[in-house]
Amino acid sequence: MSVNSVREVDSALAVRPTFAHRVSAKLYSNAKLRLRLLIAAPLFWLSLVYVAALLALFVTAFWTMDSFTGEVRVQWNIDNFVQLFTDALYRTVTLRTLGIALAVTFIDILIALPIAFFMAKVASRRMRGILVISILMPLWASYLVKAYAWRSVLSNDGILQWLLRPLGLDTPGYSLVGAALTLGYIWLPYVILPIFTGLEKVPQNILEASSDLGAKTWSTLRLIVFPMLLPAIAAGSIFAFSLTMGDYISINIVGGATQMLGNLVYTNVGTANNLPMAAAIAMIPVAIMFIYLTAIRKTGALDNL
Amino acid sequence: MAENTPAISLRGLTKSFGSVTAVSNLDLDIKSGEFFSMLGPSGSGKTTVLRMIAGFELATSGQVFLDGEDVSAKAPFDRNVNTVFQDYALFPHMTVLENVAYGLRVRGVGKAERNAQALEALETVRLGEFGGRKPSELSGGQRQRVALARAIIVKPKVLLLDEPLGALDLKLREQMQIELKELQRELAITFIFVTHDQEEALTLSDRIAVFNQGKIEQIGTPRELYEHPKTPFVAGFVGTTNIFEADEAKSLFGKSIKASIRPERVEIVKGKSSNTHMGRVIEAIYVGSATRVHIKLDAGPKITALVQSGSTVDESWHRDQEVQVALNEKDLVVLETK
Repeated sequence: MSVNSVREVDSALAVRPTFAHRVSAKLYSNAKLRLRLLIAAPLFWLSLVYVAALLALFVTAFWTMDSFTGEVRVQWNIDNFVQLFTDALYRTVTLRTLGIALAVTFIDILIALPIAFFMAKVASRRMRGILVISILMPLWASYLVKAYAWRSVLSNDGILQWLLRPLGLDTPGYSLVGAALTLGYIWLPYVILPIFTGLEKVPQNILEASSDLGAKTWSTLRLIVFPMLLPAIAAGSIFAFSLTMGDYISINIVGGATQMLGNLVYTNVGTANNLPMAAAIAMIPVAIMFIYLTAIRKTGALDNL
Repeated sequence: MAENTPAISLRGLTKSFGSVTAVSNLDLDIKSGEFFSMLGPSGSGKTTVLRMIAGFELATSGQVFLDGEDVSAKAPFDRNVNTVFQDYALFPHMTVLENVAYGLRVRGVGKAERNAQALEALETVRLGEFGGRKPSELSGGQRQRVALARAIIVKPKVLLLDEPLGALDLKLREQMQIELKELQRELAITFIFVTHDQEEALTLSDRIAVFNQGKIEQIGTPRELYEHPKTPFVAGFVGTTNIFEADEAKSLFGKSIKASIRPERVEIVKGKSSNTHMGRVIEAIYVGSATRVHIKLDAGPKITALVQSGSTVDESWHRDQEVQVALNEKDLVVLETK
């Protein structure tokens, strides 16, 4: 091959600067521009849907409803909040909601710990796969289906009563306890998975080292596994806690006549048509979650999500 | 307890994982106060033996005796042996001092007392000022020393070290080797050291067991293993060597035996004599202190000679250069054939 023909091949292979090529070249050399373009869409979505909506909610809470026409009036006042703090109903329901959320979180952690431990440290690879799938599977079923399933479980002459009667116990029926059990069941996968992931990150030889140094099983759990797992437990608790805080469906299906904060919001939006009041009530779980997350941030759990 | 009871005795020790036999029917006695190494390639079963002594694995059959007591079925926390792990296994959520004090803590020693002892142990490994740090803030060599301090604070009868220097770079490793040896002399406890690095084993050990495929090929002092390897595997694994098959040995020495000769015993000489063989250089690799000369002998076999730099025959060899190689029959080590 002559020198000349080599040159010809070279120029044929050379990239022609098309528009797409120029854009690529520009983006390649400009890291900041690349980053901005990448996050523009999600950032827009996040600010519009989440932040703006939350701000709108907050602003609306300071408006009022004309009780005669039923229309929302932009009349700035803090009456809604005064009512929240003075009316015993709101205090009771807030405490009840907080109580259920804490109970559900506690129950879920208690159930999730041994399951996650078994999955991460005991089960064979095959068994682990089966367990992960069986934990994720219920997430495919509709929330309503699961809540109604529990309605039949908890009912008189239901399976729970049939199981407990020989032990001299009875089904909790449609009550707060029933609601806590149902919510605990529904949110359990969200608690198991982060704890399972957290446990997988605890190396086997750390447990061996603890045992080697003389620690019996309980000491190893208390001094090594639990502290190392705390961020993962906190991460799981955020799901169980926040999802329960906002729930209003399960309590309707299995909670009997009891109400949670969500029900009050729902009533004010629907029956009472008092949107500003609904917005004010909705600020309660937001405030509680804010406090909860701030407290949990210190454990490093947010790095674990 | 009798004076000469071995620190560790293994009897018929066997470990199978499913259909794979990792360790098969092993007998071994390790003397009290000995620096004992288990040397072998990965997968040879040495780490499994260590884990069975520690109690992390229970033997499929056979017994582990610690100071004459059968501990085969005991949990790690009921055995008076401690382990320094390959990747140290420090507790990441605890400070260095808390890590070292852990063994005392789970034995119910009060905080002030255990912290004082932990500080002392840290000073033994020259880390007295690092007690307040987290393991993640230390270098590899420092973590290694914390792991040592953590293991020795509970005064074990036997310290098990699982490739403890594997993750360190060469200079640090050599320094840690010296420190380990000094520490063992100071504490006067039995060290069992697992390594795949034959040089490390030779440097540190009183005795070495060479492992291959779940069995011990040979046990001996470093000198015995190097000078008188019994099997081709030991000859090849401990140091480098020239191994001759029976027919090759016959062509060189007139004896039909499987045998080995170390490269540093192979001499390149100027003149011809009764024990010299003519050959041609295949390649010469200069390694600083010496040159490895690979030679194809006219009689057939290939052979490697190690020539010290500065010796009278040292020169810059080139390919196909003719050389005279002297082989002395006294340097020949006869190997067992299976």
